Amino acid sequence: MTQGLKTQRLVALFFAGLVAFNFPLLALWDHEVEVLGLPLFPTALFVLWAIMIAALAWVMERDGGAPSSHGP
Amino acid sequence: MLSPALVIFISVVYLALLFAVASWGDRRAAAGRSVIGNAWVYALSMAVYCTAWTYFGSVGRAAQSGVWFLPIYLGPMLAMTLAWLVVRKMIRIAKTYRITSIADFIASRYGKSPTLAGLVTLITVVGIVPYIALQLKAVASGYAVLTSPLGAPSQQGADWWRDSTLYLALALAGFTMVFGARHLDNTERHEGMVAAIAFESVVKLLAFLAVGLFVAFGLFASPAALFEQVRAVESLQALLRFDQGQPFAYAQWTGLTLLALLSVILLPRQFQVMVVENVDEQHLRRAVWVFPLYLLLINLFVLPIAMGGLLLFGAGTLNPETFILSIPLSQGQTALALFAFVGGLSAATGMVIVETIAVSTMVCNDLVMPWLLRRKGGLPVERGDLAGWLLGIRRAAILGILLLGYGYFHFAGEAYALVSIGLISFAAVAQFAPALLGGMYWRGGTRRGALAGLLLGFVLWAYTLMLPSLAKSGWMPDAFLQEGLWGIGLLKPETFLGLGGLDNLTHSLFWSLLGNITAYVGVSLWRAPSASEASQALLFVDVFKRTDQATPVFWQGKAQVSALMPLVARFLGTDAALRLFLGYAQRQGLSRVEDIPGDGRLVQFVETQLAGSIGSASARVMVASAVEEETLSLTDVMRILDEASQLRAYSRALEDKSHSLERATHELREANHQLLSLDHMKDDFMSSVTHELRTPLTSIRALSELMRDDVDMAAAQRQQFLEIIVGETERLTRLVNQVLDLAKIEAGHAEWHELSVDVRALAQQASESLRENYREAGVALALDVSAQVPNVWADPDRLTQVVLNLLSNALKYAPRRTGQVSLRLREADGGIDLEVQDNGPGIALDQQAVVFEKFRQVSGDAHYRPGGTGLGLPISRQIVEHFGGHMWLRSKPGEGACFGFHIPLRTEPLPDTTAEHTEPNNEPRRPKT
Repeated sequence: MTQGLKTQRLVALFFAGLVAFNFPLLALWDHEVEVLGLPLFPTALFVLWAIMIAALAWVMERDGGAPSSHGP
Repeated sequence: MLSPALVIFISVVYLALLFAVASWGDRRAAAGRSVIGNAWVYALSMAVYCTAWTYFGSVGRAAQSGVWFLPIYLGPMLAMTLAWLVVRKMIRIAKTYRITSIADFIASRYGKSPTLAGLVTLITVVGIVPYIALQLKAVASGYAVLTSPLGAPSQQGADWWRDSTLYLALALAGFTMVFGARHLDNTERHEGMVAAIAFESVVKLLAFLAVGLFVAFGLFASPAALFEQVRAVESLQALLRFDQGQPFAYAQWTGLTLLALLSVILLPRQFQVMVVENVDEQHLRRAVWVFPLYLLLINLFVLPIAMGGLLLFGAGTLNPETFILSIPLSQGQTALALFAFVGGLSAATGMVIVETIAVSTMVCNDLVMPWLLRRKGGLPVERGDLAGWLLGIRRAAILGILLLGYGYFHFAGEAYALVSIGLISFAAVAQFAPALLGGMYWRGGTRRGALAGLLLGFVLWAYTLMLPSLAKSGWMPDAFLQEGLWGIGLLKPETFLGLGGLDNLTHSLFWSLLGNITAYVGVSLWRAPSASEASQALLFVDVFKRTDQATPVFWQGKAQVSALMPLVARFLGTDAALRLFLGYAQRQGLSRVEDIPGDGRLVQFVETQLAGSIGSASARVMVASAVEEETLSLTDVMRILDEASQLRAYSRALEDKSHSLERATHELREANHQLLSLDHMKDDFMSSVTHELRTPLTSIRALSELMRDDVDMAAAQRQQFLEIIVGETERLTRLVNQVLDLAKIEAGHAEWHELSVDVRALAQQASESLRENYREAGVALALDVSAQVPNVWADPDRLTQVVLNLLSNALKYAPRRTGQVSLRLREADGGIDLEVQDNGPGIALDQQAVVFEKFRQVSGDAHYRPGGTGLGLPISRQIVEHFGGHMWLRSKPGEGACFGFHIPLRTEPLPDTTAEHTEPNNEPRRPKT
C-alpha cells in the first residue's frame, strides 16, 4: 500500500514539474523584476527546481530501506 | 598563457590519478569490498551525463540565448521523478535476463531479434560519433585557449601526426581498453571504471564551482552586483528573459525538455551507469534526488560566468564556450584556469570512456558476433577459448569508435558549435524511446513495429537534422536544403511538408518521433505477435510480478547438458562453465552436473549466461544450434503461461494452507499447555482444601477425645475446649462456604443481582459494620471519600463482601494500638477506584505475586498467621473481575500494603446477570497469579 502511495506521489510530482516548467506557468516569472538583485526568471526556475528536488528527496527517503519486493 | 608542456604534464598526471582510482576500485572489487556498493557513488556516476558539452557548452549557450540552456537539465530532473518506476523496471529486466546494452534490451524484448539489435547499434554509432568528436573538440580547444595568447585565433593546419587531439583520442582508447575490456565479465560490470567516473564527477563539479565563485564573488562583488551591470546593457538584459522574440518559444522549450528527458535514460552511457553498472536497486532511491541536485549545482553559475564573460570581453570577441578558461586567464589566475581545464578534461574523458565501452559492447555483440555466426565457415575458432577473441573484437571496436570520433572532429568539428552537435546526438537516441519504453509497458508491440518505427524515425532524423548539419558544414551540396529533394518544396528538410516556424531541432524531433511512434504502433497492430515476441513481451512487461520459480519457460524440445556445457565453456572458459553448471545443479538439489535434466529451464539458464557475454540475440542463435528445438506457436505460449500461473496459484494456495495449519498447531499447543496447568492447579486446590479442612478437624477431634476420656475435667477447662471446638467449626463452615462460593463463581453458576450501586454509601456501611472490631484492636479507620462518586452497576452484597474483606484484611495486619487504616474512594478512568491502605508490615516482593492465589496467607513475618481461610482475596478478585474491573496491590515491605480495585461504569447491567453457563470466549479461565 505504501508502495502504491509512493508511486502516486512520484507521478504527481512528475506532472507538477511538467506544469511548473511549461506553458503557461513559465510566463508568471517572465518579467523584468529583481529578487534580491537577481533576475526573476532564472531565479524562479532555480528555486522551483530546488523545491522539486526537496520533494523528491522527501518522497524517496521517507520509508528508508523498506524492502521493495512488490512492483510499482 | 601557459606552456604546452605544463598543460600536457598536468593532464597526464590527472589521467594517471584517474587510472589509480580505477585500479583501486578494481582491486577492492576483487577483494569483495566493493567501493561502488554505495548510493552516493551510484548517483555521482550518473553525473557522467554532464560532459564537456555541459562544462563548456552550457556557458556558450547561455551567452548566446541566456536561460535557454536550462531545459537540457530540467528534462533529466523530470525524468528522475519517474526513475523509481521506469529505471527500476529496466534494472530488474536487465538483471534478470543479463542484458548489457540498449541494443540488447530492445532486441531481447522483441523476440531476441538480431536485425533489431543491429539497427539499434547502427543508429547509436551514427548518433554518438559526433558526440565523441565533441568531447575531443572541447579538450582540444580548451588546450588551445590555455596555450595561446588570449584572443588569438586557434592554430590550425598542423600536420595530422602532430595533432595533439589524435594522441588524446589514442590515450583515451588505451584507457578505455584497460578498464572496459581487460577481461570478460558476463555481467559487463566495471567497478573500477565506475569509481573513476564518480571521482571525475566530483572533480568537474568542484572545478566549475571554483570558477563560478571566482566570477560571482571575486571578479564582481556579488551576483547581485554582476546582474546590476548586466541590466545596464540592453542586449544582455534580454538574455535573462524567457521570451527572446523567437516564435513557438514554448514548443521549443518543451521540445528541448522532452529531448533531455529521454536522453538521460537512453544515451548509451546513461544506460551503462544507471542500469548495467547498478549493483543494488535500492541505490536508485537516493540517486533519484542526488543526481538532479548535482545538475542544479553544476548549473548554478552558468549564467554568472556567461554574463561575466560577456561584460568582460564584450560579445563576439572570444568564443563563449571557453569563458570558463579565458576569464581566469585574463585575470592572471592561471592556477584556477588550469583547474578549470582539468575539470573539462574530466567531463570529456568520463563521457568518452563510458560511452565507448557501451557502444563497443553493442558493436561486438550486435554487429560483429551475428555476422561471424552467420558466416558460411562458422566461427573462426572452432575449439578453445573464444573469450580472448571477444576481447579482441571489443578492443578493436573501442579504437574504431574513437578514431571515428577523431575523424569527425578533424573534418567537420570546426564548423559547428558544441551544443548543436550534442543536440543532434540527443535526437538520435530519442528514437529508441517508443520501442524501448513502449516495450516495457505494452505487450502488443511487435518486432516489425519496432523495426518500422526505428527505421522511419532514424531516416527522418537523418534527413531533417543530420544531413542539413553536414550540408552546412560544407560536406555536401546544400541544394536540397534550399529547394528540397528533387526540387520538391514540400521535402525541404527544415520545413518538412511545409511545417515552418519551428527551430531545426524541435522540427526534427517532432517529425522523427511522430513518424517513429506512428509506425511502431501502426505496424504492431497490423499483425498479431509471434510466439517468441509474445513470450518476451510477457517476461518484460510483468517482470515485477514474477519470482524465479513462477517465471514461465517458453521453450520446448530436447536439450543435453553434454552439448550445452561445451558451448558455455567456449565463451566463458572451462572452469567458469563448470562452476556455473555445478551451481545450477546445486540449486536444483542435484549433486552431479550429469543429472541436470535437459529441460527448458536449463536452456533458459544457458542462454541467459551467454547473453551476458555475446548479447541475447547471438546467444539465442548459439543455443538453438546446440539443441533440438520445437517451434512454439502462440497457443503454446498461452498454454505455458497458463500452466505457470496455475502453478503459481497452487503454490500460493499451498503456502496459505501450510500457514494456517501452522497457526492451528500453535494454538492447539497453547491450549493443551493451558489445560495441563489448569489440571495441575485443580490438584493443588484439592490438596490445599483438604489440608485446610484437616487442621480444624484434627483440633476438634483431639479436643473432643480429650473431653470424652477425661470425665473429671474441670468445668472451666471443658468450657474453654468447647469454645475452641465451636470456633474451629465456625472456621470449617466458613471455609466450606467460601470454597463453594468460589467454585460457583468460577464455574459461572453464581447468582448475581445487579443494581445501580451507590459505592459511597456502601463503603460507609461496610466500615460502620467493622467499626467495633477496629475499636477493640485499637486501629484507627479513616474514610477518604470524594464528594462526587458515580453509581456503578454491581451486585451490592458481593461488592460489600469485597470491601469487608479488604477492611478486615487490613485490620489483621495493622499493628495493635498504633494501627491506621484508610479507605479511599475516587472517580477514575471512567469508573471508580477504591483503595484500602494499612500501615502494617507490608508484603514481601516475592509474596506480592502470589497474594491473589487461593490459600495464600501472607505477611511480612513468616510466623505470624492470622486466622483466615486464604480465600478472601481470590474471591474478591473474581467478583471485581465479574463486574469488568481489576484488582491490585501496592506495597513496600515495612511501609504497609494498599489493596484496591477499579470498577468501570457501565450504562446497563451485564446481559445475563443471574447465571453465566458458558465462558464468553471459550477461553479457559486464566490461572490466578
